[in-house]
Amino acid sequence: MEDIIISTLQRAMVAGTPLLLATTGEIICERSGILNLGVEGVMAIGAVIAFIVTMITGHPWLGVVAAMAAGMAISVIHAFASITLKANQVVSGLALTMLGLGLSGLIGKPYVGKPLLIKMEDLNLPWLSDIPWLGKILFSQGPFFYLAIALALASWFFLEKTRLGIQVRSTGENPKATETQGINVTMVRYLSVIIGGGFSALAGAHLSISYSKSWIEGMTAGRGWIAIALTIFALWNPGRAIWAAFLFGGIFVVQYLLQPLGISPNFLAMLPYIATLFILLLISFKDPKKLNAPAMLGEPYNRGER
Amino acid sequence: MLSRLFFKKSIMKKIKCLEMKSISKSFHGIPANQDINLSIESGEIVGLLGENGAGKTTLMNILYGLYQPDSGQININGNRIRINNPVESISHGIGMVHQHFMLIKNHSVIENIALGYKGTPFFFPKMKIREKVHLFSKKFDFRIDPDKKIWQLSAGEQQRVEIIKALLNGAALLILDEPTSVLTPREIKELISILRGMKAKGHMIIFISHKLDEIMEICDRVIVLQKGKIAGSADTKDTDKKSLARMMVGRDVVFNINKEKLAKGKKVLSVENINVNGDKGLPALNNISFELFENEILGVAGVSGNGQRELAEAITGIRPILSGKVKIKGRDITNKSPRCIYDNGVSHVPEERIRFGIAPGLFLYDNAILKQHHLKKFSSRYFLRYNRIKNHTKTIVNKFKVSTHSINTRVRNLSGGNIQKLILGREVSEQPQLLVASHPTYGLDVGATEFLRKHLLELRKQGSSVLLFSEDLEEIFELCDRIAVIFDGRFMAVLDSDDERLCDIGLMMAGSKKI
Repeated sequence: MEDIIISTLQRAMVAGTPLLLATTGEIICERSGILNLGVEGVMAIGAVIAFIVTMITGHPWLGVVAAMAAGMAISVIHAFASITLKANQVVSGLALTMLGLGLSGLIGKPYVGKPLLIKMEDLNLPWLSDIPWLGKILFSQGPFFYLAIALALASWFFLEKTRLGIQVRSTGENPKATETQGINVTMVRYLSVIIGGGFSALAGAHLSISYSKSWIEGMTAGRGWIAIALTIFALWNPGRAIWAAFLFGGIFVVQYLLQPLGISPNFLAMLPYIATLFILLLISFKDPKKLNAPAMLGEPYNRGER
Repeated sequence: MLSRLFFKKSIMKKIKCLEMKSISKSFHGIPANQDINLSIESGEIVGLLGENGAGKTTLMNILYGLYQPDSGQININGNRIRINNPVESISHGIGMVHQHFMLIKNHSVIENIALGYKGTPFFFPKMKIREKVHLFSKKFDFRIDPDKKIWQLSAGEQQRVEIIKALLNGAALLILDEPTSVLTPREIKELISILRGMKAKGHMIIFISHKLDEIMEICDRVIVLQKGKIAGSADTKDTDKKSLARMMVGRDVVFNINKEKLAKGKKVLSVENINVNGDKGLPALNNISFELFENEILGVAGVSGNGQRELAEAITGIRPILSGKVKIKGRDITNKSPRCIYDNGVSHVPEERIRFGIAPGLFLYDNAILKQHHLKKFSSRYFLRYNRIKNHTKTIVNKFKVSTHSINTRVRNLSGGNIQKLILGREVSEQPQLLVASHPTYGLDVGATEFLRKHLLELRKQGSSVLLFSEDLEEIFELCDRIAVIFDGRFMAVLDSDDERLCDIGLMMAGSKKI
């Protein structure tokens, strides 16, 4: 029994890792006022590029870097449409998702079902991994796990404790006031969207080269959408995103615990999505003012308008 | 003490004198500033007085780098400079506190200040800024909690945050745009003492206002703008409110009535002691009472933002009335629905015609019956009778000379003047008892203005009454039988338009005289 619980929690951490990466990216993006619904598509692009590059070169980290570069590049489309052209951000984001899913399917066609033989070794942190229970769960994980947590903490520090962070948050709250203070709102927003895209692609890379070590079309399986929901659930705070993401990671793997009890596996597979609906429902009961959503989230900024 | 001295020296930019020379600026061919000269020296407070639209804010936006002047130049300490954007303006030592604060409501005072301050460190910016805010609070006696969020602060405190922002960036010249319009009387006193303290420390201040009392109290010198030109300037100690008011309004009031005399008819509207709140939940109208009769136009004069919009909305049912009564021909219509009030014979030409007067994406004929679609003649059960509607629209278009190539076009394609003609045509087509017209000719060209004014007089002749809100005194004097002057939610006077006491209308609009 003990083993089952430890291994379930261990897997929950692994399943939560891509959610955390994508959520952190979306938080940075949304704090600057841009809603990016393209996470799912960018994740798929990241997954396929990481897989192909790793397979060809044999270096997983090269794959990761290539995936992030691709994710950032494709996010520029959304940035251009929503910031420069001031288009509807929902439409542009949805388009990015469709583009990403379609493009990844096309590029990845020859690689479907091929196993990845290169492995990313788990890192057993000295001493810490010897702690009973916690050591196995938290301190002998793959490198993506540590990376995700480090990036989430760094993002929190960036947003709350640096000058540029204040500029990003101010841009999302009141771009006009921010601009009168001499800050380039357009640049801040571009930067945020592109960084967010890099995070999403990183999440995708984790899926294909570390989590399942294979590529199949549609393998992101709605995780991008869950990340968008988690952004709200975490109240746009990367620190809170850490436990929110791993909670959802737990929901992803709890099905393996419950299957022996005779519950239909099809129902169990729905759990993460039901839970997403549930938290969105829960959060909608909260006073919108206390949610602290960026005030100008989703609103294009027109300089000339008063 | 030593550190304070050092602090002051290191931060305040040195401007001994600043001059704006023969500045002109026009928008789309309409001049907003014409050949304006202004100069200010260290330790001086200069008032910029004028009505709305006189060009005060345009002039200051030029100084702050938001607009470029068409001609003229700006000198600091005798050297010509160019100001291309606010950042350059700040670096020259100019700071501006906008009428609508440029603050991020959900952020703390510190975060707002750190945003624009050039010396903000990259890591842990809040620690350093907290120190600075404390220093400033002491220096100018500000009393402000740097960790509070902006939305938790009063308007006066928010204004102080804006002032700190400007001072931290080294502003030697501070421009305050209508700084007292959002403050309580006590906060105004505090602001005045802060400004005096800054003056003593060598800052120069440009104080924009249309309130005479404040200008007289705070400023050393006043420059009066009227219709984009300098109407005069004077040292406050050598002038009085009356002559300033005359300069602001532009002339001794001339009576130029070419409308025919009509005897007052029966009473149409009576407003009894109404109290109404503004958008922010603060009182906007204070015990307003008046009556309006058939064949009469009552004009409400005043600087905008003194309760005109709230009064129009209260009468037409858009804004709740807290206490008091509004009656039409003896029927109580207080807090009835806008449609019910319309059906009782009250029409409304609203202030912002595009936002509230029409549905821009709908066709001309749809807009022509926006308020009458429920009438039997335009609809039967669930369906609209488009034949009749289109005929009705054609009648309006012809009668009111709306120039459009077809009634099957979307209203957003029409010019402002034509939209306004259409709205007026729609509003008067049911022969209203009362027409509430808010700034009906605002922004229209001469031809359309003339046309609309004639129609208001026509309506008066037909036995209706009109409640006219306008900032254009010429219009008020030309059209109205009686004139009410509104200031701060109260009527300063309700007088016949040929009453000689209206010579002081400028004083009344500025709140310095009540009859």
